[in-house]
Amino acid sequence: MAEMKLITGKDAIRYALIEEMRRDKSVFLLGEDLEQATFGVTDGLIEEFGAERVRNTPISENAIVGAAIGAALTGMRPVAEIMFADFLMDAMDPIVNTMAKARFMTGGQAKVPMVIRTPSGAGLSAGAQHSQSPEALFMHIPGIRIAVPSTPYDMKGLLKTAIRSDDPVLFFEHKMLYYEGGDVPDGDYTIPFGKADVKRKGKDITIVAVLAMVKKALMAADMLAGEGIEVEVVDPMTLNPLDMETIINSLKKTKRLMTVEEGARTGGIGAEIAARVAEEALDYLDAPIKRLGGMDCPIPFSPVLEEAMYPTEDSIAAAVKQMLG
Amino acid sequence: MEKGFLLGLYETMFRIRTFEEEVKRQFEDGNIPGFIHLGSGQEAVSAGACAALKPDDNIGSTHRGHANLIAKGGRTDRMMAELFARETGSCKGRGGCLHITEMSVGSLGANGIVAAGIIVANGAALSAKLQHNNKVVLTFFGDGATNQGKFHEAMNLASLWALPNIFICENNLYGEATPLAKHMKIKDIAVRAKAYDMPGVIVDGQDVLAVYDAVTEAVKRARDGKGPSLIEAKTYRFHGHHIGDPETYRTREEVEDWMEKRDPLKLFKAKLLKEFKVKGTEIDPIEHKILKEIEDAVKFAAQSPTPDPLNLTANVYV
Ligand SMILES: Cc1ncc(C[n+]2csc(CCOP(=O)(O)OP(=O)(O)O)c2C)c(N)n1
Ligand SMILES: [Mg+2]
Repeated sequence: MAEMKLITGKDAIRYALIEEMRRDKSVFLLGEDLEQATFGVTDGLIEEFGAERVRNTPISENAIVGAAIGAALTGMRPVAEIMFADFLMDAMDPIVNTMAKARFMTGGQAKVPMVIRTPSGAGLSAGAQHSQSPEALFMHIPGIRIAVPSTPYDMKGLLKTAIRSDDPVLFFEHKMLYYEGGDVPDGDYTIPFGKADVKRKGKDITIVAVLAMVKKALMAADMLAGEGIEVEVVDPMTLNPLDMETIINSLKKTKRLMTVEEGARTGGIGAEIAARVAEEALDYLDAPIKRLGGMDCPIPFSPVLEEAMYPTEDSIAAAVKQMLG
Repeated sequence: MEKGFLLGLYETMFRIRTFEEEVKRQFEDGNIPGFIHLGSGQEAVSAGACAALKPDDNIGSTHRGHANLIAKGGRTDRMMAELFARETGSCKGRGGCLHITEMSVGSLGANGIVAAGIIVANGAALSAKLQHNNKVVLTFFGDGATNQGKFHEAMNLASLWALPNIFICENNLYGEATPLAKHMKIKDIAVRAKAYDMPGVIVDGQDVLAVYDAVTEAVKRARDGKGPSLIEAKTYRFHGHHIGDPETYRTREEVEDWMEKRDPLKLFKAKLLKEFKVKGTEIDPIEHKILKEIEDAVKFAAQSPTPDPLNLTANVYV
């Protein structure tokens, strides 16, 4: 076993980038302000890899994503950074109409081995245009792999898989997780896409949570354990592919399902999971499915309002108790 | 030029500077959350440009929008309360620095998405044309924003439709941590006007009268139905991109040099005293008034209530 080290989410991403760039010359980075990065992820990389492979771009999200697509079509493995997930909207056309569809439209001639890394999520009072969690938007677009890691270990392993993937990957990094610590082994390892991780075992209810909500769900589970309620917490790790098998196996045991996400509830990740469970596993449930998520509201600047937007460990625990009657 | 007008320009610049420096202190004291982008050093652009407008003309603004709004007549107590995230703020604490806006004074909104304000400003200019009300729109944006497709699409459309939109680029030499030479090949953004067959003018953005003159001419052109102009104001931001920026991309000497030699307030004050024979005793009361105004703005903000979470979803829809 490799030695474990306590590192932050930010460093987990950073080490994955460094190791993959050392391993494969076709991997390169492009994005805005990579030299003095907004969240520090790529600081110092230009010193090791040079400006040829760590490419600062103008503020031109369309051109960044477009260039990544073109390079990916022609033998490179670009890792593009979009500084905030909110700015993905600036590059919606190349992402949705070209990146996602190039392989299919060309009858399988093309492959687009690229990654778009981007920080999502609230918690910094950054307001309506710098705090969104748009992960679910992209679940609606066939052709894009989507990773949603919740720990430094998962971040590093999933990012390596993303970079080696021949499909385009949208890789969401929750801003608040950049500063959270976790044990990560030294050196190379990968985590497969489409394999959910059971973060905590329990028999009374299944909570499917993603990104920063995984930790909240685990905290709620800790609180509830004191009251004799055993929560199973499932982290899907990737939304496309989505590992329904692990989720359904869990609820076969617990008979109850709750989903927790930060993005708006309507049309969200939980909505898709609930629909699939309704189609495939309704008979196993003893109670209606409960979805917790961000309010259907743009994200306010005010910290008191921002806090009121999202599920907390307390509101998750309360909802669990209500469900268990 | 009339003395009252000149003193008014100075007052606006002094109001912006005092507001911005107070915001920095309040942020550092922990009273303001979020990301704050200050306009200290760039006061002459906003003050000179907005002085060329009428009260019911519109402006489009950016993430660095405090100065634009103050120059257009934004109330500093409401603005400070907004930054304190209070219910009495210009946007009821929902917007913050990135979205600070007072529509009643003609602001179309600060926008946190780089270049997003530019395309919207075109719509307001189109509206003025359709309503035959002779209004003009002035849209502020940075040097970095001119690398966005939105900028180019807006310039082309404004030119094609002869929209009364004045494009004002506050070229402060950096887009976040990236110096101009690392984000475009050209030195002067004004040359981009050529591609759209509109005037492209360079002005010294630290000289409030130069800005005023250039914008006045562009406004006249727009009101006469001759269409848009691009004005590039060469300027400099005295503070980091946002408060807390480590500023690894520029030297302390460079910043101090600008502060010492190219401070728009110092330059204009010297000009007022020397060339326009204004007396120091005419300036002092203005400065005192503004210092008191900003002090009161902080009190107002600090005493205002925070928003009630029960009203969270108010105003998602009409
Ligand atoms: C579409 C988009 N991309 C990136 C950002 C992040 N960002 C905010 S301000 C900024 C720099 C803008 O530079 P410039 O237009 O020169 O304005 P300045 O900050 O210098 O006033 C960047 C990259 C953003 N807000 N929106
Ligand atoms: Mg700039």
